[in-house]
Amino acid sequence: MDKTPHFRNVVLLWLLAMAIMLPIVIWVLGPGLPPGNATVQSHGQVVDNIVLLATSTPVALAVLVYFGYALWAFRERNPEVVLDGPAIRGNTSVQFWWLVTTTVMVLFLAAFGTIRLLADGAGGGQGPNPISIPPHATGDPPLQVQVIAQQWEFTYRYPSYGGVETRQLDLPANTLVEFHVTSLDVIHSFWAYQLGVKADANPGEDNVAYVNTLRPLSFVVRCAELCGLWHGYMFNSGRVLPKAQFVSWITQQRQQYAPATKNLPPYSKTYFPQPLRRGG
Amino acid sequence: MSAIAVSVPAPRSGSRQFLGFNIVTGIVLGIGGWFLGYFIGDHIHGAGLVYYSTEAGQNDVAILLGYLLGVVGFLVGLGFANYPLKRMLGAPPSLAERETEAHGLLRYFSLSTDHKVVAKQYMVGIGLFFFVGGLNAMLIRTELLQPNVHVFGANQYLTLVGLHGSMMMGIMTSGIMGPFANWLVPLMIGSRRMAFPRIESLTFWLLMAGSVILLTTIFFGGFQTGWTGYQPLGDQGTAGYDAYIGFFALVGLSMTLFGFNILVTIITMRAPGMTWSRLPIFVWASLGTATLMVLAAPMLIAALLMGAMDRTAQTAFYIAGAGGSPYLFENLFWVFGHPEVYVLALPGMGIVLELMVVFARKPLWGYRLAVAGMLGVAFLSFFVWQHHLFQSGIDADLRPFYMLSTELISLPTGFIFLCAMGTLWRGRIRFTVPMLFCLAWIFNFLWGGISGVFLSDVPSDVTTHGSFFVMAHFHYTIMGGLVFAFFAGIYYWVPKMYGYKFNERLAKIHFWVMFIAFNSTFAPLFALGFMGMPRRVVTYPANFQTLNDWVSVSAYVLGLSMLVFLANVVWSLLLKREPAEVNPWHSKSIEWQLPTPVPVQDFDRIPVFDADPYPYGVEPAPAGAPTVAPAAASI
Repeated sequence: MDKTPHFRNVVLLWLLAMAIMLPIVIWVLGPGLPPGNATVQSHGQVVDNIVLLATSTPVALAVLVYFGYALWAFRERNPEVVLDGPAIRGNTSVQFWWLVTTTVMVLFLAAFGTIRLLADGAGGGQGPNPISIPPHATGDPPLQVQVIAQQWEFTYRYPSYGGVETRQLDLPANTLVEFHVTSLDVIHSFWAYQLGVKADANPGEDNVAYVNTLRPLSFVVRCAELCGLWHGYMFNSGRVLPKAQFVSWITQQRQQYAPATKNLPPYSKTYFPQPLRRGG
Repeated sequence: MSAIAVSVPAPRSGSRQFLGFNIVTGIVLGIGGWFLGYFIGDHIHGAGLVYYSTEAGQNDVAILLGYLLGVVGFLVGLGFANYPLKRMLGAPPSLAERETEAHGLLRYFSLSTDHKVVAKQYMVGIGLFFFVGGLNAMLIRTELLQPNVHVFGANQYLTLVGLHGSMMMGIMTSGIMGPFANWLVPLMIGSRRMAFPRIESLTFWLLMAGSVILLTTIFFGGFQTGWTGYQPLGDQGTAGYDAYIGFFALVGLSMTLFGFNILVTIITMRAPGMTWSRLPIFVWASLGTATLMVLAAPMLIAALLMGAMDRTAQTAFYIAGAGGSPYLFENLFWVFGHPEVYVLALPGMGIVLELMVVFARKPLWGYRLAVAGMLGVAFLSFFVWQHHLFQSGIDADLRPFYMLSTELISLPTGFIFLCAMGTLWRGRIRFTVPMLFCLAWIFNFLWGGISGVFLSDVPSDVTTHGSFFVMAHFHYTIMGGLVFAFFAGIYYWVPKMYGYKFNERLAKIHFWVMFIAFNSTFAPLFALGFMGMPRRVVTYPANFQTLNDWVSVSAYVLGLSMLVFLANVVWSLLLKREPAEVNPWHSKSIEWQLPTPVPVQDFDRIPVFDADPYPYGVEPAPAGAPTVAPAAASI
């Protein structure tokens, strides 16, 4: 048996690879990870993604370095002759430490994800009874916005502004927004990528998601759950506006849609439509 | 067990064979059954149901009954009713069937109780629909060459997406199990047959009937739901969705039966000395997969049955406005759906470990750990399904649990990686084509696993859920895992199964083109998903076009690599037909000690096992090799 210190070589190569790759993934790739820093929640997701990437990089490198090394060092140098390798059937301490290491990593990831999730909801849909309500920055109650999905468009209702229903989602900056997502027909998914929000829209169900807006920007809303024929076309846009500008926008919308608002059903967390069949 | 031996009576003369029970009678009776069912359905379709069938000539009751009786007719035509009828009339139990009379090619087009014949049926049948599904993917990528609609309409596009997904997820569940578990499990445990040979054949023909039903969707307007078939969208769908229901219900039935068959075979049919600790690792993988099939697939059947009732009998299981809930379908579907993806992954793990042993020429490193890994994956996969529903509005308290359980499943998966790594340690690695595919499996599955970490983390999943990131993730695990292992198995075992050598140069070209094109196709999808491109859209923002075009061109190259494989099959197995050596890989597994081709009875006498299955690196010559007498040339 050859005396080359294979194990030491693999470990050294792995450390070298980590020394190169870890700074790259954390400081070069990391800040570019989605979905950007437009809101508290989307920024939180970027931080999460960086941590996940930094945690999984050593694992990926360990596997890659090991296989790269093993395939080179243990290749059969004379394929004409069929010779067996040593009959090694396992190594208890390697197995033990592998189990310990991976368990610790997994528990760390789960704990980390749970803490991050419970802190501010991370922008995800939490169902009708949310448990992770972000701290109110200003002490004001959150701005409620209802997202109504139907085949194949999103509309938005502002219960605190007379229940007006708009075709565009505009939000004030530096505000905690409480989305109530529901659907009138099939399952859709409300996805405002830049805001870091995604919540499925279910018929007869109220799905709550929170986001703390920061600075003004424009963003895109897309449907992220296959909802039939024109799913690919189910998108519209929105803006985060300075507060004063938002107030003037919503006032203008209330006036414009006043006749329509009178005919809308009263604001409700869910709407029970006729079970439409064969619409698509 | 061996008391019931297969006896082969003298074959009937040429043309007489076609009159018996085979695929011809099957198709004739199948078509007859379809019209009968449609006729009955048309009659029981009362006035009260007109509301549901707004499209002229599309009566869900008639179509579903047509499928049902069509399948029954098809199976009767194939001869599946003969034996039960004979037994009811007092005939003694027997394995000798009409099918054993058939000889030559006709064997492959009838009911066969020879597990090797069924395996070959699976190989060709699944290969066929794998190519159809792949073709669908090419068409999808063609549409995505431009951000706007330019080749297909929205309906055609979504139907292609649904066909591709259903074909791959439905039929490829048996992608490795069908050809390889059917062929290998009895041989590896020293049995001459499966526990239920007729059910073994039934699973194959059910799958084929289902696949044809799925393709009939194009006559009924297609379906717009993708392979997940979410309700109540499916309830809205045209009669094309009935084809989806029929297809997946048959797949579910086939999986359940298949699972029971494998389980009972492994538990009861092991040869003397084949203790649990001597089972080859592929048999353990099959055992884990079979458990998943048995426990998961009935959920799917139940979910689809309720969907069919909603469409035909005015129930409202999934209609929110009428007292039902779409969550019911989502949950039932994923209770099936998540174990299902491990049905796809586990056999690949089995093949990779099995082959690494041979090509590193060492015993399997950490046998018990590998077994624990496979059973652990199988067990945990039942507790993770709600990670598909993280943003769906499920009870918010549940999400940390499903985050934990999903991340826990990386522990047993890690065992498999560790065992592969340990097996290579100080080995004598031979870079044959099957070994290259196994190494590619490791590489691809690694990225599949790493990307899974992002999806399992709820905050990160907010962005990646339902995006191209997910799509890249499961193509890395399923295409990069299952399909690469599938080809590893083909290049490794086909010389034994069919008795002919593959052209090695073409095989290597196939591998490298496929490996590079695969990564070039699916790696950019991670980026697209991160940038915010949702799945299953026919249009996308113009700034995603460059990446999408890159992906499409890579996908064409990937498709081309399949044509290289096809060329190799035609050239090596059909035209050149160079006989394979008895044991070209110098493997010490039992199947390679048998003559090529393996005789109908497999073994002259039942082998006795007295050592572990991987006697590599043991000097002198293995005392543990199973004692197999050279089989007689003619039977």
